[in-house]
Amino acid sequence: MRIIWTIVKRELAAYFTSPVAYVFLVIFLLLTGFFTFTAGNFFERGEASLAAFFGWHPWLYLVLVPAVGMRVWAEERRSGTIELLLTMPVATWQAILAKFLASWLFLALALALTFPAIVTVNVLGSPDNGVIAAGYLGSFLLAGAYLAVSCMTSAMTRNQVVAFILSVVVCLFLILAGFNPVTDLMVRWASPAVVDTIAAFSVVTHFDGFQRGVIDSRDLLFFLSVIGFALFATGVIIRGHRSG
Amino acid sequence: MIRIENLVKNFGAKRAVDGVSFAVERGEVLGFLGPNGAGKSTTMRMITGFMPPSSGRVTVGGHDVTESPLEAKRLIGYLPESAASYSDMTVRGFLNFAAELRGLRGAARRQAVGRVVELCFLQSVLRQSIDTLSKGYRQRTCLAQALIHDPEVLVMDEPTEGLDPNQKHEIRNLIRELGAKKAIVFSTHILEEVDAACTRAIIIDRGRIVANGTPDELRNLSELAGAVTLSAHGASEEKLSVLGRVESLNGAFRVYPRDKAKVSELAQAVVELVAREGWKVEGMYSERGELDEVFRRITLPDTVK
Repeated sequence: MRIIWTIVKRELAAYFTSPVAYVFLVIFLLLTGFFTFTAGNFFERGEASLAAFFGWHPWLYLVLVPAVGMRVWAEERRSGTIELLLTMPVATWQAILAKFLASWLFLALALALTFPAIVTVNVLGSPDNGVIAAGYLGSFLLAGAYLAVSCMTSAMTRNQVVAFILSVVVCLFLILAGFNPVTDLMVRWASPAVVDTIAAFSVVTHFDGFQRGVIDSRDLLFFLSVIGFALFATGVIIRGHRSG
Repeated sequence: MIRIENLVKNFGAKRAVDGVSFAVERGEVLGFLGPNGAGKSTTMRMITGFMPPSSGRVTVGGHDVTESPLEAKRLIGYLPESAASYSDMTVRGFLNFAAELRGLRGAARRQAVGRVVELCFLQSVLRQSIDTLSKGYRQRTCLAQALIHDPEVLVMDEPTEGLDPNQKHEIRNLIRELGAKKAIVFSTHILEEVDAACTRAIIIDRGRIVANGTPDELRNLSELAGAVTLSAHGASEEKLSVLGRVESLNGAFRVYPRDKAKVSELAQAVVELVAREGWKVEGMYSERGELDEVFRRITLPDTVK
């Protein structure tokens, strides 16, 4: 545990020693504000909820989370520090988990800084804060799922740009599989059972419940298993290029 | 401390390390020589547990590196190729991080960091971030990291690469000092380092060990070893050739021994011949071998030979 915490601290510090972290936070907050209040018609809706806020998260994270996750392993491989880290008395899974947790904490911080949205709805009306809490939990898990995918693609290459693009492609698939316009299209050729199976792999399908304030164990399990699977794949990839 | 048996590493169809075996005990400094791409780095990566071997065994302090990697890694300090380190960290931050990963906390950590900072002369750059350091300081910072837990085994991949002559000298002295109490393996392709720091050297070529011995033993493999060079008024190639093969060098003659085991007899024979013939000696040397020549002769590809 202590080893994991040591690596988490280093990774978090690495975000904040470069201006990238601050730029990211500012862009994230500007974009969430823009999508919620302008593109999401927050005021015109006339309802005391954050539906306009959370609805955009799968799309917003599509670009922003890979930007956070792309450096996680690609940078270690490029600079050769992966050799230093993995010859320390650290198990590979500890390093993978620690690096993931550090980036996830960073995303949690970004999400926490959106608190003015909660303040706004509470001032303007009386929203169901339980629904909002569920929405935040869902959003946090969604970010974790994307991030785990980004860690995986980051381990595949020493080029951060390649890692970013691969990650966006995979995450886009995770959205589109359950995105209504796409599922409507698929219904024309495939049986509803097939469409439902494909949609079950989508983060959108599983994020919906959280937005409505329902914390379903199946949705929780979905996000946790995406994270688990992607981190496991990261381990396989890293073992793969260590053994040559 | 380090025991390697029949180590093999394949990268696809290419065999990078091919049946390497050796052992290094405490108090030994082993120089690992070889041309670029001979398999030096790959072997070191297998010793430190970064790469699993395709076959063969590596044990460090009795722990099999593949089966109980954490126990083995605890005993090893490792300086990777080109001194890879987290360039966004300060020297102090980096050393603290390394100490914590090695399980050193609180006072023990402060003490360990203080010790390696002094050992590697890093006081003046403690607050600097690593990417602003010169090559020499970066190398020493990474070496400090490898020494932070006072390891019993030290593995260094080209520790003097890219340093200026003074810095090279310092690092070699440090290696020699540390070698008294540790088992050290370091790779290099600079031959003078073998004399300067090693108790034993291994030459590796295309994945195989082609020579293994003390620096003097390796030098004796040289064709030149034991040859007598004579510069004398009146000397003739014809008379000298009775003793062995003679090479004429710009007014001097070099006599090569017929039998490597009877090197001292050759010198004696030359002296006797000179006395008998009444030549006036201007100079006479008994040659030591040159590592350079040995290295080139055994590592050149067959096509060039």
